[in-house]
Formats: sequence, structure tokens, C-alpha cells
Amino acid sequence: MNQISRREADDPRSQTLRLPADMPLALDAGVALAPLTIAYQTYGALNADRSNAVLVCHALTGDQHVANENPVTGKPGWWTTMVGPGLPIDTDRFFVICSNVVGGCMGTTGPASINPATGRAWGLDLPLVTIRDMVRAQAMLVDALGIETLFCVVGGSMGGMQVLQWAASYPGRVFSALPIASGARHTSQNIAFHEVGRQAVMADPDWDGGRYAERGLQPTKGLAVARMAAHVTYMSDTALQGRFGRNLQDRAAPTFSFDADFQVESYLRHQGTSFVERFDANSYLYVTRAMDYFDLAADYGGSLARAFAGSRTRFCVTSFTSDWLFPTSESRAVVHALNAGGASVSFVEIATDKGHDSFLLDVPDFLATTRGFVDAAARARGLPERGAR
Amino acid sequence: MSDATAGGAPRADHLLVADMVSPGARVLDVGCGDGALLRLLAERRDVDGRGIELSQKGVNDCVAKGLSVIQGDADADLADYPADAFDYVILSQTIQATRNPRVVLETMLRVGRRAIVSFPNFGHWRVRAALALGGRMPVTQSLPVAWYETPNIHFCTIRDFVALADEVGATVERAHALGPGGARLGAAHLGFWNLFGAQAAFLLRRGR
Repeated sequence: MNQISRREADDPRSQTLRLPADMPLALDAGVALAPLTIAYQTYGALNADRSNAVLVCHALTGDQHVANENPVTGKPGWWTTMVGPGLPIDTDRFFVICSNVVGGCMGTTGPASINPATGRAWGLDLPLVTIRDMVRAQAMLVDALGIETLFCVVGGSMGGMQVLQWAASYPGRVFSALPIASGARHTSQNIAFHEVGRQAVMADPDWDGGRYAERGLQPTKGLAVARMAAHVTYMSDTALQGRFGRNLQDRAAPTFSFDADFQVESYLRHQGTSFVERFDANSYLYVTRAMDYFDLAADYGGSLARAFAGSRTRFCVTSFTSDWLFPTSESRAVVHALNAGGASVSFVEIATDKGHDSFLLDVPDFLATTRGFVDAAARARGLPERGAR
Repeated sequence: MSDATAGGAPRADHLLVADMVSPGARVLDVGCGDGALLRLLAERRDVDGRGIELSQKGVNDCVAKGLSVIQGDADADLADYPADAFDYVILSQTIQATRNPRVVLETMLRVGRRAIVSFPNFGHWRVRAALALGGRMPVTQSLPVAWYETPNIHFCTIRDFVALADEVGATVERAHALGPGGARLGAAHLGFWNLFGAQAAFLLRRGR
């Protein structure tokens, strides 16, 4: 984390909901987290019926800056293909909310935030959080905004896990749900990759048992390696091969050294070094752990269908053919459970070679089906047609 | 929202199927294509409709129209639905393209209380004539694709289908045959239908 992002973790340039000590977040770990801060962004306007609110759930290393310039990186928001005026999630029609997850590092309470009891960063003193805890915190925010029923809850990857958790935990508060490139559990392979990343962080001497911030250090090397390994899982073999092949980086021949001879090495190193500028290492441990613990069926006696039994939410499940991190089979398991539970469900597998990250990219078929689903759900909700304002 | 007839008049076989569905029913359309039948059923029969479609374009079209459709096929994905999930499971012009029509039909009758199956009749006289006199695999209005390109791998005649329904222990509640122009054939005689029906639609009930 650089200076700017460290400040964001505790004093974010976002709207914030600061819940007092007597309104704690009851964590799955069995303890209460208080006081709780939730940093969030909103776009568009809430209508008089309060019926046009869309909650966007961000992925592992995402944040609340969906459609505005990111205050740390200076780059555009992370979902500018999907959220904005005239886009599938149309900010001219909907009131869009996105909050930083609990355990994150962009202003919502996480290991990089200051623990008021000690005046120091929480670090590993923060209890472990789960996807359900993240969703509970979001529900507290939605309550505070005076919204009973969300028109839509949408997210990709870890965001999709939150969408499914929302639909299971608060079925009456979710009119439509869009889990994308996601699943109802983290697979063994998913956990394995996360463990590689965490071990890389913890093997960095500068991690120092999680107390690096007190000593003004950063486990940048470990976190960069974690990001490099993870980044490979977000892309498909075809996409990597197509983009880099075996091309060399600014040189005519291999150097017979361990320098970044190949373009793909140079690219990954860049991904690693830019990531550590904006993300907190402990936060990476917490949020990856939350994903690992996610197993929605386990919370319902091993039956995923029971998690959605009697649900009146309209679902649209999307997967991508080249996503090997959350393959189509994981989405299908969700679809089968929804069908078994009698829910209204659409399921689209989008053909693309862009891998897991497809949900963040300009994939026209994906954006078109999402637009169609959202528009139909809006009609069913009695919201005005696109462009009718 | 535009009417289901926006792209032209509803297809004759779709109207036939719609006639067999009681209002307000829960319906699963297997192989729902671009969703034309589902929309017709929603508008004229007020059904709670779901679809399964193999092609991504078909699914995209359906979802874009606001229909609840999942990507999949009759052979692989029908089995995952619980018993009695629907009042009707419809297989419109698709049974001849399934890998295992018998299993598909049995599954339809488990998942739905009733099954509606429409299919091109391979016993139609033009088909018979093309084969008997021309010595070539028929290409007709109902079967417009050459043998080497057709997705249809399990053709049957109307009599064949009646026999299969009997084998899986289903009762035929209603049946209709359509001539090549889409007109309903009056005389409910199987032999007549089998010769002059270009396509047929059957409403089956589980058990005898």
C-alpha cells in the first residue's frame, strides 16, 4: 500500500456509514465487530418508491469505485462496461450502490483500518470474516439508506458469491439476482491457489506476523507474488498465448539469466508491483479466506436447493466458456439447485476466450444478455422503460 | 412489450400446442429456440413459463426478451428437474433431434404431469414417395435440411410415436395432425394422419 491507499483504508474519499459501538456486526466467527465503518459509492437517484436500487458486489481485489475514477490508482472505475448512463445497469434509471467489503482496505473496516480500542491498525486482531458477514454489513447499509427491497443484486466472482448469499439470506429483499462467473462454494483448486498466495505473503519477512504497518513496512514481494499467481488464474491459456505467446521483452534473444526475458513475465511482474501499491497484504489474507470458507450448501444441511427453496427472486446465472477458475459446472450446480427449488432462473454460458476476467471486459454477448435480463426484470418490477425518463 | 405475433402470425404448430395447455399452468419448453412459443403461451395462456435451449443465440434472444431460459439440452439437463416440477413439459419439433428420445420422453413425464410433443411425420406420403420413387432421403417443408446436415437423428412416423407413448406407459389425451399448409386434419384416423399429416402434436398423461 502506498501513502494514498493507506489513507483510503482509514479515511476514504467515499461516502461512509459509521455505525456506533452499540450497533455491531455479528460475525460468523462468533464475535461482534464494532464500531463498524462501511465505505460506499452511489450513482443515480433513488426513486420515490425506493424500488430502483441496485447493489453491486465487488470481487476479491475490487472496491466501491465501480463507475468513478479510482482515488488510489487514478484509473476509471472497474465496471465501466456495465454500470453507467445507458449501460446495462443504467445509472439514468437505477440507484446503484457499491460498498467496500468488510475485511477490505478501501475504507470499510478491515485489517488496515485503525482499531479505535488500540489506536493501531487492526492487523490480525481483526476476527476472520465470511461472505455472509460481508452481506450482513451490506444489509446494514441498505437499511441505513432506507431501502427495503433491492431491485437487483449483481456481482462477478466473489461478488457473485455475495449475490447468492443475499438471495439465500434475504430472499424477500432481492427482486432479481445476477451471479456472474461464480459459484456456491470455493472448490479445492480455488482454495489451493489462495493458499499459495497467502503463503507467499506470510513468507515475506516484512510481513512480520501481520504487524508490518506498525514498523512502517510492507510485504510487497510476497503480495506481488500472490497477485502474479492469482492473475494467471483469471486469464485463459488461449488469451495468454494469444497476447504474449513466447515473445521476448525488449530483446532479440534470451539473456541466459533470470531476468524477465518473456513478455508474459514482464506483464505479470507489472501486475504484481502495481497491485501492492493499492492493496493491503493482510486484507488479501482476510478476503481470500472469506472466499475459501464460502460453501452455501453447507449452511443449509448440504442441500443447495434448500438455500433457495421457495425463492421468488428472478435469477440470471452467467458463466464463461474459458473460465477455469469458476467453470460453467459451478454455475450449473447453482442453476440445478434453483430449478429444484422452483425458482425463476435464466442461465447463459457465454463463449469467449477471455477467461475468468470476462465479466470485467467488453464481451458484447454478455453485456447484451445482461441488459435483456435487467430490462425484463425492470418491467416486471414496474420501473419505467429505458430512456423513458 | 411487443406481441408474440410481432414477427408474423404465430406458427400453426405453436397454436396447436397452445390449445393443449390450460391457462395459468407451469410450463417447461424444452428446445425453446428464440422463445416464440413461450411468449405465445405467456400472452394467450398466462402460463408461468421456463425454457431450455441449446444454442447460445437462442438463449440470448430469450433472456433479452425477459424469458426464463437456461442453456442446456433435453438429453443432459432435463433429468436435473425434480418430479412434478411442471404441469406441462413441451418438446416442440425437437424429439427427433435428441440422442435418446425414449429416455427424454420418460423424463418429461416424470418432471411434468403432462407432456406435449410435436414432431415432423416421417410417414407423410411425400417422404414415402421421395424414398420409394426418388430413392433419395426426403427434403420437404417440415424436413428442409439434407441428410448430411440435419440435426435430426431419430425420425419417427405418427404410428411410431404412438407406439413409443404406449411403451413408456403414457396415455394419449389429445392428438392433432397438420397438413403441409398448416391446416388441421379432421379425420382422427391414425392411418390417414400418418399418410397426410406433415406434422403432429400429442398431449400425453403419465400412466394409463
